[in-house]
Amino acid sequence: MTATDAHRAIEAVWRIESPRMIAGLARMVRDVGLAEDLAQDALVAALQQWPESGVPDNPGAWLMAIGKRRAIDHFRHAAVAERKHEEIGRDLEVQQAVVDLDAAIGDDFGDDLLRLIFTACHPVLSKEARVALTLRLLGGLSTDEIARAFLVPEATVAQRIVRAKRTLSEAHVPFEVPQGAERAARLSSVLEVIYLVFNEGYSATAGDDWVRPELCEDALRLGRILAELAPKEPEVHGLVALMEIQASRLRARVGPSGEPVLLLDQDRARWDQLLIRRGLAALDRADRLGGAMGPYAVQAAIAACHARARTAAETDWVRIAALYDALAQLTPSPVVELNRAVAVGMAFGPAAGLALVDELTSEPQLEGYHLLPSVRGDLLAKLGRFAEARREFERAASLTRNAPERKLLLERASASARGSAPLH
Amino acid sequence: MRFLLMIKGDPKPGQLPSEELLAAMGRYNEELAKAGVLLDLSGLHPSAEGARVKFSGGKRTVIDGPFTESKELVAGYWIIQAKSLEEAIEWAKRVPFEAGAEFGQEGEIEIRQVFELEEFGDSPAIERARELGKELAKNKE
Repeated sequence: MTATDAHRAIEAVWRIESPRMIAGLARMVRDVGLAEDLAQDALVAALQQWPESGVPDNPGAWLMAIGKRRAIDHFRHAAVAERKHEEIGRDLEVQQAVVDLDAAIGDDFGDDLLRLIFTACHPVLSKEARVALTLRLLGGLSTDEIARAFLVPEATVAQRIVRAKRTLSEAHVPFEVPQGAERAARLSSVLEVIYLVFNEGYSATAGDDWVRPELCEDALRLGRILAELAPKEPEVHGLVALMEIQASRLRARVGPSGEPVLLLDQDRARWDQLLIRRGLAALDRADRLGGAMGPYAVQAAIAACHARARTAAETDWVRIAALYDALAQLTPSPVVELNRAVAVGMAFGPAAGLALVDELTSEPQLEGYHLLPSVRGDLLAKLGRFAEARREFERAASLTRNAPERKLLLERASASARGSAPLH
Repeated sequence: MRFLLMIKGDPKPGQLPSEELLAAMGRYNEELAKAGVLLDLSGLHPSAEGARVKFSGGKRTVIDGPFTESKELVAGYWIIQAKSLEEAIEWAKRVPFEAGAEFGQEGEIEIRQVFELEEFGDSPAIERARELGKELAKNKE
């Protein structure tokens, strides 16, 4: 085995083992930051030894054994340095925890993982910190990978993670799964983080790529893990359904030169039927758990309407408009209203859609949001009001930060200038 | 990236997998699901219940199973999503091959990456293939 081979094998083992290792260690030491440091120590040991010895038969147990030993060392050193009885007591406590953990090995790591997810997505952290910490601790991504995914310098991500770990520690955030009234709010924070990661991959807000499929895969993986850990939570299945169905269109969403292809122009033969099937099954699960009216489940139901239509013309726009109605009541927001306007425009004609959009033009939350003029331009073009449509597309192009999307909008502006209506 | 993990072998006709194997495989599948990597899986009926269509010189010949080279036959598969071939290999190593007597002590899992669109560069041949794909899709409707 060459050093590079060993390196890649270790990386693979790390991706599989690190979340449950960190989760198990965090339960032992009651500090997520420290748990990650201990797990990293085990990784360093593997990087030193495996290139020579080869990957052990049970690499997870090997790594965990090192992590636990380091945990005991850590508390012993702390105790000796500070000569504190409490710390010595803590040392004994840790040894007991090691015994407990040994008993738990091979059994279910699920509860620890769930605790880790809730801790990484704790509301005491900023949204950016939650995202970075979740990808790092649960997704097994390196700081560098996270930095590349979000187009920020590696040092920024590293700082974010260090600060997040410190915040958790200083706020004495308990390593536990919240119960009772707190649980719902905390769960939506977790779902929000996962969907944020997905969306950054699905329609990148910045940069030269229209989509970043790897980020979608990371989010899907997290969502699927969560669905296994909390199988009775309907909204978890709703979110997974939404992501699976949206991801099924990833390859149809990009044209040959990397340009975006809008939903109705996509070649449906390129939609991924495996993901659609998985998405519909997850939606069904949410449904059966009584969660059909959860915000994510409703969005998934909308996505499912598109997935079920064999051609764009067969889309059930009346149902989609009704679902957006429901969504607007569940989670009122100008962005939802804008989407509702699109659906209404498709179901009942562009004039009906435009009337709704016009109500939104003074909405402060949509100021600077490129999709508002983009949607308005589309409806105007359909009504044959090309001069106005062109101005709207140009305005939308000036507002987006995504290069391929800007190009598409400028093309639509010049199509409007020529007086040609969109296909749909 | 997606990988197809194929387990080799050919179960005997009429013989269902042992309780032992089913339990071990169930645990393994659960582990895959809990790690968020499992996309799809299936076991296959014995080759005795299958057939082959051979193409040669413009002729098609149908050959009924069973087929003899059982170590080359596919008995079941998983489709997983992984970050690298190494990760897929790591998952394949964890298949509980030794459980039950079906596969015996010898056996193998073949790991193949599923083509993703991003892997194709842009060339006239690829463009042509894409057009062809569209045509095929249209004809299917």
